[in-house]
Amino acid sequence: MTAEDFVDVPLHQIAHARTGDKGNRINVAVFCYDPAVYPYLAEQLTEAKVLACYGHRAPSAVTRYLVPNLAACNFVIDDVLAGGVNNSLCLDRHGKGLSYLLLAMTIRLPRQCVAGR
Amino acid sequence: MPKESLLIGCGAGFAGDRLDAALPVVRELIAQGKPACLIFETLAERTLALAQLRRRQDVEGGYLTTLAELLAPVLADCVAHRIPIIGNFGAANPAAAARRILQLATTLDCGPIKVMAVTGDDLLGRMRADELLAMPFSPPTQIARSSLVSANVYLGAQGIAQALAAGADVVVTGRVADPALALGPLVHHFGWRWDDWDRLAAGVLAGHLLECGAQVTGGYFADPGVKDVPNLAAVGYPIAEIAADGALVIGKPSGTGGMVSERTVKEQILYEIHDPSAYLTPDVTLDLSGVTVEQVGPDRVRVTGAAGKPRPATLKGTVCFDGGWLGEGEISYAGPNCRARGLLAIDILRERLSALALAVERHFDLIGVASVFNDADGRWLDQCPAREIDDVRVRLAVSGAERRDVERALQEVEALYTAGPAGGGGVRTHVTPLMNSTSVFVPREAFAPQIETLEA
Repeated sequence: MTAEDFVDVPLHQIAHARTGDKGNRINVAVFCYDPAVYPYLAEQLTEAKVLACYGHRAPSAVTRYLVPNLAACNFVIDDVLAGGVNNSLCLDRHGKGLSYLLLAMTIRLPRQCVAGR
Repeated sequence: MPKESLLIGCGAGFAGDRLDAALPVVRELIAQGKPACLIFETLAERTLALAQLRRRQDVEGGYLTTLAELLAPVLADCVAHRIPIIGNFGAANPAAAARRILQLATTLDCGPIKVMAVTGDDLLGRMRADELLAMPFSPPTQIARSSLVSANVYLGAQGIAQALAAGADVVVTGRVADPALALGPLVHHFGWRWDDWDRLAAGVLAGHLLECGAQVTGGYFADPGVKDVPNLAAVGYPIAEIAADGALVIGKPSGTGGMVSERTVKEQILYEIHDPSAYLTPDVTLDLSGVTVEQVGPDRVRVTGAAGKPRPATLKGTVCFDGGWLGEGEISYAGPNCRARGLLAIDILRERLSALALAVERHFDLIGVASVFNDADGRWLDQCPAREIDDVRVRLAVSGAERRDVERALQEVEALYTAGPAGGGGVRTHVTPLMNSTSVFVPREAFAPQIETLEA
């Protein structure tokens, strides 16, 4: 396939996500609506890209767990809540809304994967 | 060993949850007529420390403040239909909560009732404060003895199972692992062994899916036009049906809003999970890497494939200590050029707070432009593209050891009414205590649950 056969789509269009928090750490689990695009997520949503996505919060580490049985990637993001639920000065101390920062990323997909949506 | 499956309903997923959620759940449990129980999870990391502070003020306080409101709609029906209630609403004072429930049962004319309090989670009931403070913390933390507020270990399901075996109508706990609220009744009902890791794992998975209430039935999920959920105003709280072999179906009461779909269940399976192959609980290590979901009916999803590995050798405890004060102050700007006026207000506040040299940490947001994603240094705000916007709210958050410094900083937000940019309105300020926490790990042998019985 050539470059023209691919298209950049917002992750929000092809996946849903949920944040959970523990202390100063969150996990963001990302799920494909269509399991057929899961390999593209697994290929492109790397730990480095997710670390960069939250870079302004200066997280100390991102660990990715692939969960193919649920067509999901689970990202554990350390030290991203400026202290955590107990003493963060952030408006959203739990990071409940931070899954939507990840969903604002874009993914490059073959055109035919997107056409049917 | 009974063959019949057990229904477990959930009536609350956190301390601030809907007070009327349990009633439709109990009606459904009664209508189905199978063995059933009802759980309430109301104890987040911070909730217990705040409860401990209340107990210091009042020896009969320290449990969930809304306990009576939460239980009043369902207690009599549950007792009459032999549906045990299990809740961690005992918080920092399970025995006092048990007394309050007994009193409520008398008021409601519930008839004979047995309320059992499971305790033993309080580390400070088992060791001296100086012994505790000498232990290694994770992350490493220095805590002054005078600032120590609470220290509780996450107990497992054994105390709950024992209380149910002794005939409890209501089991009140303090800190237990959230999924233990469901695992306890399952072990009691089916007689699972405490080393039957796969069964225990299935029970923990059931508890994990139930313990946040509506988060598995369409709450924390709706995204209009993308992930629509019907009638969240009357969302039904979950009911799990678990068979003797651990087979699990998640459902909800008929006639309620929300939905149970493969998507809602998948999101909750990984909620607050780190390594999916090793979710540590006091009773078993849960491996989710073979778990799959399947819609088996309207609002019914079967979850299979939970695997168990031996439980950890230690129990985790949370140690909470005084973290000083948090203050938040806000002011709004709207209409033409409001973004620039909001940014000017932030610049003024920065300059004033620097000149005052208060001992406070500070954080600025411009709500409407950058707040939820923002950082303390405003890196996110600085890179947000200039867009047409007609309503912003400046937010200053400060923390410090001394309340007066925090209040002094917030006073600068109020002064923006007259000394700040044009059209600033709607100032609100408030100050609350901050609670810090850290973790400690203790040998499980030292923490057998204790059970206290009250009857009427």
